[in-house]
Amino acid sequence: MSDHNYTPKSKFGKWFNDRLPLLSLANHLTDYPTPKNLNYWWTFGGILTFCLITQIVTGLTLAMHYIAHADMAFDSVEHIMRDVNYGWLIRYIHSNGASMFFLAVYIHIFRSLFYGSYKAPREIIWILGIIIYLLMMAAAFMGYVLPWGQMSFWGATVITNLFSAIPLVGEGIVTWLWGGYSVDNPTLTRFFTLHYLIPFLILGLVVLHIWALHVPGNNNPVGIDIKKPSKDTVPFHPYIVIKDTFALLMFMIIFAFFVFYSPNVLGHADNYIEANPMVTPAHIVPEWYLLPFYAILRSVPDKLLGVIAMLSAILILAALPWLDTSKIRSAVFRPLYRQFYWILVLDVLVLGYVGAMPAEGLYLLIARVATAYYFAHFLIILPLLGFKEKTLPLPFSISDPVLGGSANLSMAKSDKKEG
Amino acid sequence: MKSYIRYLKLYLKMSEKKVKRRDFIFTATYAVGAVGVAATVWPLVDQMNPDASVKALASTEVDVSSVEPGKTITVLWRGKPVFIKRRTQNEIDEARSVRMEDLPDPEKDEDRAKNPEWLVMLGVCTHLGCVPLNDKGDYNGWFCPCHGSHYDTSGRIRKGPAPTNMSIPNYEFLENNIIKIG
Repeated sequence: MSDHNYTPKSKFGKWFNDRLPLLSLANHLTDYPTPKNLNYWWTFGGILTFCLITQIVTGLTLAMHYIAHADMAFDSVEHIMRDVNYGWLIRYIHSNGASMFFLAVYIHIFRSLFYGSYKAPREIIWILGIIIYLLMMAAAFMGYVLPWGQMSFWGATVITNLFSAIPLVGEGIVTWLWGGYSVDNPTLTRFFTLHYLIPFLILGLVVLHIWALHVPGNNNPVGIDIKKPSKDTVPFHPYIVIKDTFALLMFMIIFAFFVFYSPNVLGHADNYIEANPMVTPAHIVPEWYLLPFYAILRSVPDKLLGVIAMLSAILILAALPWLDTSKIRSAVFRPLYRQFYWILVLDVLVLGYVGAMPAEGLYLLIARVATAYYFAHFLIILPLLGFKEKTLPLPFSISDPVLGGSANLSMAKSDKKEG
Repeated sequence: MKSYIRYLKLYLKMSEKKVKRRDFIFTATYAVGAVGVAATVWPLVDQMNPDASVKALASTEVDVSSVEPGKTITVLWRGKPVFIKRRTQNEIDEARSVRMEDLPDPEKDEDRAKNPEWLVMLGVCTHLGCVPLNDKGDYNGWFCPCHGSHYDTSGRIRKGPAPTNMSIPNYEFLENNIIKIG
């Protein structure tokens, strides 16, 4: 952030900026040099910021009407839906907003996986992103508990019971989390508090995520380092601002479709039944965005190992910059990785599908194979691929593939030099 | 304390840079500070544990006179369901004839049901806390719909991810037909 000298034009601006350099920051953000070849997969950072702000604003307004008490929570949500002015709209935006948030974050994560955005020098950006993702899951889980429906109650029971798998102290931790001997009112009130807190933690981490991004600058579809500013870059405003806005509008069309035409399709009907500690719904499923991890949990026949596998599936992502031994970032120049990438995408989709199905018979078998492959991708395939794969020659600059075509090998440097 | 002084002397001898009184003051300050922080944080952590009103609801009395043989009733105790099953002779025989080697969590039925006719048991799956369904599963006992654990007529785990048998709460027969749980 110190790579420019900016002086405000007005006298007051200069006086203010000398005391608090907000104008320098604004100038940095507008002039921020961005690779000119960024495609639409790079617009999801902006979309995610929109999602976070939407969740915070709708969440604040819902909290003005919601009552966090086991006897009143369910009714207060129905009160929001029926009595509060536009309560139905705000709640549907908030509940579908969670799904949209995860849709965007998964695209954002898989964008990074394809273009190698997690590699040096962007490891800290990536790890901050994984922490944000973990907090998102915590926030989404606790938010789902608040309506105090059957799925809320039993989802909370199952997820908090994951901690009981810890040897010796597990049961004590679960009782501590619950504030009782089962999920009950003390659990609900603390979940509401934490659900309120976490988005602001995420907001803080997003600032760090963007700050860390602005040190090396954006990766790009070609995945090579660029000089900035140069003929390879464009200023963030207006170029990226307009492109992000257009993508955001497209995203909002999909968002609005769910909110206005099928607001409950991503939820579960059982959550419109008030929580009953005596009866477990016949088929418990988490929200769609947690299904792949749920499938991994269920594919292991041992309780503790199942929990360990599920947590490892998420945490292994944090080690990705060191598991991927290839120096080439973009999958465009990695013919083998490109294929394994799409197999991984398919694998995660399969895990998501079997996570929604009963854990028996063929589904269980598929879940086990897919789980094994998931870990093999990160622990075996990626480390070996960096040594075995013959990568394609990289262009000298991102202007070359645009102007000269990638067939112009005289302008290409060998991947040896890069590695 | 003695050993600490000896360690300190040894350290003085070994290090070229002499440990100054100020270093000792720093270490002492950090130590006292850490104790102070821990003492302040503990109330904030412990407030999340079950409070006095939750602990007070510790026991429940149930009249079981209307339960027919082969039927199960479910009562709420400490926010959790408790199964009270009046077992038929077949079910008792089935539970008592199982070989211990076949059980993932070996436990005799005689130890689980003091009065063989009555099985009183927490209706909470030991996997992740769902409520298993009565008279279902491969062993004619309970079946947990969440992740597929099968329990036998003694509530012992036979198949699936649950690690242990469903637990038996403390209970006693007050009169013939009154059970006090907790």
